[in-house]
Amino acid sequence: MRRLSGWGNYPVSQAQLLAPRSEAELQGLIASNPSVIARGNGRAYGDSAVGVPATLHMRHFDKMISFDAQTGLLVAESGVLLGDIISAFLPRGWFPAVVPGTKFVTLGGAIAADVHGKNHHKDGSFRSCLDWVEVMGPDGTVRRCSPQENTELFNWTAGGMGLTGVILRAAIRLRRVSSAWIRQQTIPAANLHAAIEIFERSAAATYSVAWIDCLAGGGRLGRSLVMLGEHAGLQDLSYDQAARPFAIPRFGSRTVPPVFPSFALNRFSVRAFNAAYFWTGARKAGRQITDFDSYFFPLDALLGWNRIYGRKGFAQFQCVLPLDSARPGLRALLQAISAAGQGSFLAVLKRLGAQDSPFSFPMEGYTLALDFPVNRRSLQLMQDLDRITIAHGGRFYLAKDSRMSRDTLHAADSRAAEFAGMRQLSGMHPSFQSAQSQRLSL
Amino acid sequence: MTKSPVLILGARSDIGMAVAHAYAAQGHPVQLAARNAGNLEPQKTDLELRHGVPVSLHEFDALALDYHERFAGALPELPGIAVCAVGFMGEQGESEISPAAAARVLRSNFEGPASILSVLASRFEQRGSGTLVGISSVAGDRGRATNYVYGAAKAGFTAFLSGLRNRLARKGVHVVTVLPGFVATQMTEGMDLPDKLTAQPEEVARAITEATAKQKNIVYVRPVWRLIMLIIRSIPEAVFKKMSI
Repeated sequence: MRRLSGWGNYPVSQAQLLAPRSEAELQGLIASNPSVIARGNGRAYGDSAVGVPATLHMRHFDKMISFDAQTGLLVAESGVLLGDIISAFLPRGWFPAVVPGTKFVTLGGAIAADVHGKNHHKDGSFRSCLDWVEVMGPDGTVRRCSPQENTELFNWTAGGMGLTGVILRAAIRLRRVSSAWIRQQTIPAANLHAAIEIFERSAAATYSVAWIDCLAGGGRLGRSLVMLGEHAGLQDLSYDQAARPFAIPRFGSRTVPPVFPSFALNRFSVRAFNAAYFWTGARKAGRQITDFDSYFFPLDALLGWNRIYGRKGFAQFQCVLPLDSARPGLRALLQAISAAGQGSFLAVLKRLGAQDSPFSFPMEGYTLALDFPVNRRSLQLMQDLDRITIAHGGRFYLAKDSRMSRDTLHAADSRAAEFAGMRQLSGMHPSFQSAQSQRLSL
Repeated sequence: MTKSPVLILGARSDIGMAVAHAYAAQGHPVQLAARNAGNLEPQKTDLELRHGVPVSLHEFDALALDYHERFAGALPELPGIAVCAVGFMGEQGESEISPAAAARVLRSNFEGPASILSVLASRFEQRGSGTLVGISSVAGDRGRATNYVYGAAKAGFTAFLSGLRNRLARKGVHVVTVLPGFVATQMTEGMDLPDKLTAQPEEVARAITEATAKQKNIVYVRPVWRLIMLIIRSIPEAVFKKMSI
């Protein structure tokens, strides 16, 4: 038994972490434990990949199996990191078709959470680049599922948080890129209304995301920096860059000290920081060439950034609101956050596209994500945000959740009951459970 | 310039595989040597896909001393660097009562590794270049009740590496002794090891590539182990024999 938690270091459970090395061993562990859940690189924020008493660490299932240089189809085991895929294939002109905000997630984790990226409005979620997935079920049988074969299992597995079985292998399509650089355009938005206008008229951009200042109030409520991006072609690069288009100068990563004093983060320091960040960004607004790491994974350069919230950990709130109620809904959320003075620096606003899958998070509309250090007041605030989200027809992202109540989830998302019912009928329920699925009755 | 191949002896081990990845990432072709080498095919494919280097598999049994010459002769190319990650902890209790079990621990950690490195040493010496890396253990720095058979074998191997280094120092061949301390591997799975003293296999691999590049002689993977072993070695025997550590 050991202390086990997600990326937010909250909540902490006592669990046994088992690391099988073969499918036979995995079958044995599924059969011999009351329930299990697979864990990848532990980047889900809460307790999605914490199984009590038994959690299956998938680190030994980390082989790349084949790559077709004609089609860009990569077959790999579920423990391979997206960062490893980028390291291996970007120099050869390929990039994952969908990447979330960190490259330190495993392939299995990306499928289980059906992650979305800055191109969701155009290209959909991670499942859209999946050709097939192989899943080990409660009886130890491995089934291949895809949009054509075992369709139902495929649909529930993408976004199913590992609760349909252990994801072993998958085939994903990479996209051709001509450089490791991104043509970035930064557009300052003075308030929420302006930010939404920019997103709506930038639907053609491949990538779009906004950093949003959650502490600004009044007329500046929701002021943002919208960052659009395109994969840069050779014509966009300087002579030196174009000569070696996949070579990115290495800036060493930094590591946050093990215990960062949490008093360094308070409403005054964050407010000042946010204002400085906004004005610096607004002054430098315009077009620039950025390396892919800085554009897609800015926080990955700060290893262990989750520690800046101190020992008690942090929680992330992420919801999506449907398009027609997004404006009033976001306004209500931002007013509540700004009034409480508890917003963090790390807050993101993004336009999502339509999505048609039974249990994935995205829907057409706007998603807002931000972090809070865990304390009584922030937990209370997040409950208020839950209510506002539900009132506006929104729903929540399970990969970020660590503290929602069962009633909140089921009130927001009628699909949760269907998912739970499917798990009961198919026999998945007793074998695959996480601390989160138990908390949320999934 | 194409880089010289790196031979990994005991490639199936977690440390061996991590070293293979570290060198492949630098662009070195890799030769994986292990028993039942054929079923390392997935590892070979993974290395080739990730790093775009050629990888070959070679049947190798550290205990089959008679075959070591033939094994070295059959390699497609004499490697520039050879890393010996062969090792077997065994059960101390079993080693105490079963001479066969003790012999297996002694042979796997000392006799076998020393034999294959001798064979390679002569070939490297003849060529006048190369690096031999032996993964020994801090357990060899002082025998303790809990694992002295394994420790004795590693002590022997450490002394062997020291002598080999001395012999080859003026022949253009470098010898690195690696003392990993605790490492989170299959060998230590299930043991309750302190986090701060326990290295990941990737750290051992990084220590090895750096030590080889900088021609270091003796490397403790986590520096704290140098201090720990200094203290443990300096405890007077009269006191040490009554301790349980």
